[in-house]
Amino acid sequence: MTTKINLDTAQVEVREARLGSVTGYAGTAAGLVGCARTGKLKDRYRTFSQCLGCSTSNAACTVILIQESAVISHGPVGCSACFHDYAFVYRVNGKHRGVENPTQRRIFSTNLDENDTVFGGTQKLADSIREVHRRVAPKVIFILTTCSSGIVGDDVEGVAAAAEEELGVPVVAIFCEGFRSRIWTSGFDAGYHGVARKLIKPPQKKQTDLVNIVNFWGADIFSDLFGRIGLRPNYLTPFATLEQLAESSEAVATVQICATLGSYLGAALEQAYGVPEIKISAPYGVLQTDRWWRELGRMTGKEAEVETLLEEERAAWLPRIAELRQKLSGKTAYVTAGASHGHAMIAVLRELSLEVQGAAVFHHDPLYDNGAESADSLQNLVQDSGDVPGYNVCNKQEFELANILNRVRPDIMLARHGGMTRWGAKYGIPTVLVGDEHFGMGYKGLVNYGERILDALENDEFVKNLEKHAITPYTKWWLEQDPYTFLQEEV
Amino acid sequence: MSSLIEQERYTCAIGALQTVVAIPRAVPVLHSGPGCGTMVSRFYTQSTGYAGGNTIPCTNSSEVEVIFGGEKRLRQVLEGTGKVIDADLQVVLTGCTADIVGDDVPEVVREFREAGRSIVHVSTAGFKSNNYVSHSNVVNAIIDQYVDVVAAKDAPRDPTLVNVFASLPFQDPFWKGNLRELKRILAGVGLRANILFGPESDGLEEWASIPQAAFNILVSPWYGLDIVRHLESKYGQSYFQFPYLPIGGNETTKFLRGVAEFADLDRKRVEAFIAREENVFYEEIQNLATFLLEFRYNLPNHFHAIHDAGYVVGFAKFLLHEVGIVPKEQFIVDGTPEEFQDAIRAELASTSSKREIPVTFDPDAGLAQEAIRLADNHGRGLLIGSGWDKLLAQDKGFDFLSAGVPSPYRLVLTTGYLGYRGGLRLVEDIYDRVLATYK
Repeated sequence: MTTKINLDTAQVEVREARLGSVTGYAGTAAGLVGCARTGKLKDRYRTFSQCLGCSTSNAACTVILIQESAVISHGPVGCSACFHDYAFVYRVNGKHRGVENPTQRRIFSTNLDENDTVFGGTQKLADSIREVHRRVAPKVIFILTTCSSGIVGDDVEGVAAAAEEELGVPVVAIFCEGFRSRIWTSGFDAGYHGVARKLIKPPQKKQTDLVNIVNFWGADIFSDLFGRIGLRPNYLTPFATLEQLAESSEAVATVQICATLGSYLGAALEQAYGVPEIKISAPYGVLQTDRWWRELGRMTGKEAEVETLLEEERAAWLPRIAELRQKLSGKTAYVTAGASHGHAMIAVLRELSLEVQGAAVFHHDPLYDNGAESADSLQNLVQDSGDVPGYNVCNKQEFELANILNRVRPDIMLARHGGMTRWGAKYGIPTVLVGDEHFGMGYKGLVNYGERILDALENDEFVKNLEKHAITPYTKWWLEQDPYTFLQEEV
Repeated sequence: MSSLIEQERYTCAIGALQTVVAIPRAVPVLHSGPGCGTMVSRFYTQSTGYAGGNTIPCTNSSEVEVIFGGEKRLRQVLEGTGKVIDADLQVVLTGCTADIVGDDVPEVVREFREAGRSIVHVSTAGFKSNNYVSHSNVVNAIIDQYVDVVAAKDAPRDPTLVNVFASLPFQDPFWKGNLRELKRILAGVGLRANILFGPESDGLEEWASIPQAAFNILVSPWYGLDIVRHLESKYGQSYFQFPYLPIGGNETTKFLRGVAEFADLDRKRVEAFIAREENVFYEEIQNLATFLLEFRYNLPNHFHAIHDAGYVVGFAKFLLHEVGIVPKEQFIVDGTPEEFQDAIRAELASTSSKREIPVTFDPDAGLAQEAIRLADNHGRGLLIGSGWDKLLAQDKGFDFLSAGVPSPYRLVLTTGYLGYRGGLRLVEDIYDRVLATYK
């Protein structure tokens, strides 16, 4: 079902409620696709669980990296403890994304205390916004809510509206309390909802060469690729200026690097501002790369240019891809990643002739906000390259991963997120963390991945040595149990 | 009044879960919202320890637990923890959700303890305090609910055994190195130190022997004071407090003599150890002097530190007298409660009769940065801070030493700055950064 985007409300529903997304499943990919849209998909629940992530940090990554912004976490000081990561990202990746002077990120906490949980923290928030405005003079102020401010019931939207009027800059309240969702990507939706409500402006004109790309902080590969077919990328939202955000409504299309990330923003741009969203899987693997570029060509009237581009890309990369396939043929792999990008990684591995033995994917959205079945990246994967055995929906539950890897023992493990790699290494399995979401895209992406995997397989002395000295905090009993022992039917 | 903090240098009360992570074979169990553990492990670096990071069991409280209470969920996770995690001590820490809702965590934990499990609970809701304060609550909870149960309380005191409370695990990025140096120098004067944290401690065996110690040592201006006070009232152990980090020859010797006097140690042995250590230390300071005096190019002549009170005072005393770098405006960002601020000011003032060292207490490090941007001191500056400060140092043309958390620009494993050896390491690190600017 298509999400009905409503930019008049302050909050967006979490994914469990909006998309019917789940965090517990054990079976095969085809099995999951088969039940996901037939009303048979029931979330399963872990009686034992480990730390997840929460919406507030994912909301943060959609707004902290916006140029000339300031961010206030409205909560105890711990609710923004990891935000310094984004200050580092801005410094390091900004340089690769055209930010000439990657300035200090301005990150604040209202630092709520026990009194505020009794009497409310709205006065502190109002005072904080004024002080941030004095100190930073930002072009936009974002407020991120937390469990404490949410449970206490602070009127954050009211304070933001009053401050906006007083200060004359947008003050955007983003509702991303951790306890509301077990799917931390709900935080992306919350962040994008704020951006769409307050910062994207109605189009003044149409820019027929401008294409929105919803992404993280991957290297800028699209200026070149789009440039060759007469298009310009408009990256959303990291590193964007307010002008870039405002004029995203004038773009000719929106594309997704990972539909799990950009689902809500793509749908909002389409429904509220008439920018059509590409509704097929992202360009990972040769098959999908060709389809994706042709669809983009169709949407932007660049069909002929796209054929030339694909021809050039094939000529440039297919010979090396063939060599890599030969070297990697028959090697086995295991994947752990967020949903849509995980599907993309499996496609890339298979096209490089690796055998994917299984995957632990953080959650599953039966459909994205656009409601299009053609955009179901897991379904598309299964149709293109067959079922994935051992497909496990598992929100970073390390105990399950440690158990599974101990049995599966693949030749290589690929991870998309931090915290998961060490279990590969502890078992002596060469492990690769893919930090840049653009790394595996297109024809060149297959070469990038292939060479990286080959490199990891060839240089395995480090993990082999680590295996000999690995410490495990898991009991022998647990490692001998079925990995899904704690996955229960009823909530 | 706003209580705004820009660029936080510490985290909230539940950050003290890292205190548990630092105890070999102990595991924290969070009864909290889903993101608290990840926030904390991403704030610190190399924060995994034995069973930290993604290994930490958590109830991941959702709307259901917030509305209907989360005791059932906590029981489930504790049952699973017992089966899945190979640990000798479990410490249940509660977050904002559980504490606002009012779950009866002590009762749930009591059930498990009565069934024979080594388990402790402590309230660490983020809105209650920060991790500097909460560290003491966690340690005291372990003392009351675990040590007190397993210890042979009637066993005689061991006159050579001492409990040491100093660097906060992980909050002090040099905690492992500092505790190791404390253990080494205390051994040098004839004491066996329970350092309690890190792989160089004997873990829970050390914890169990806490009541046997002859006395306690606190190396801190204020954080940790609640622990030694608690032990004083609980086991009648007196404590010796050294109110800042002893770095280098002068201060480490002062620390050891202070301990020796407090505990009436064998003077000859103590002085012999000090003499040997000072001999090693000052040979290197002579080498340093040769370098400083003969280097023909530019070197830092003054510094600012943005750090906790123990480090700010420790750096000032050491760098002024033993390295010749003059402390200018200093910024204490650990949220020092007001009652301790005067004593810290006085301690810093006693550093030199020739100069005043301006100091500010405020966890809002954004204000510290504003002040440093405006500061106009003569000569090349050195900024000692956290990863937040790298860009400021660059803008000011300062040398920069990352010595606090968060620490994205520096990997620290077992380096320490405390003691004789730590002082020399600090000198090496400062001039490593300085000389790296010559290309």
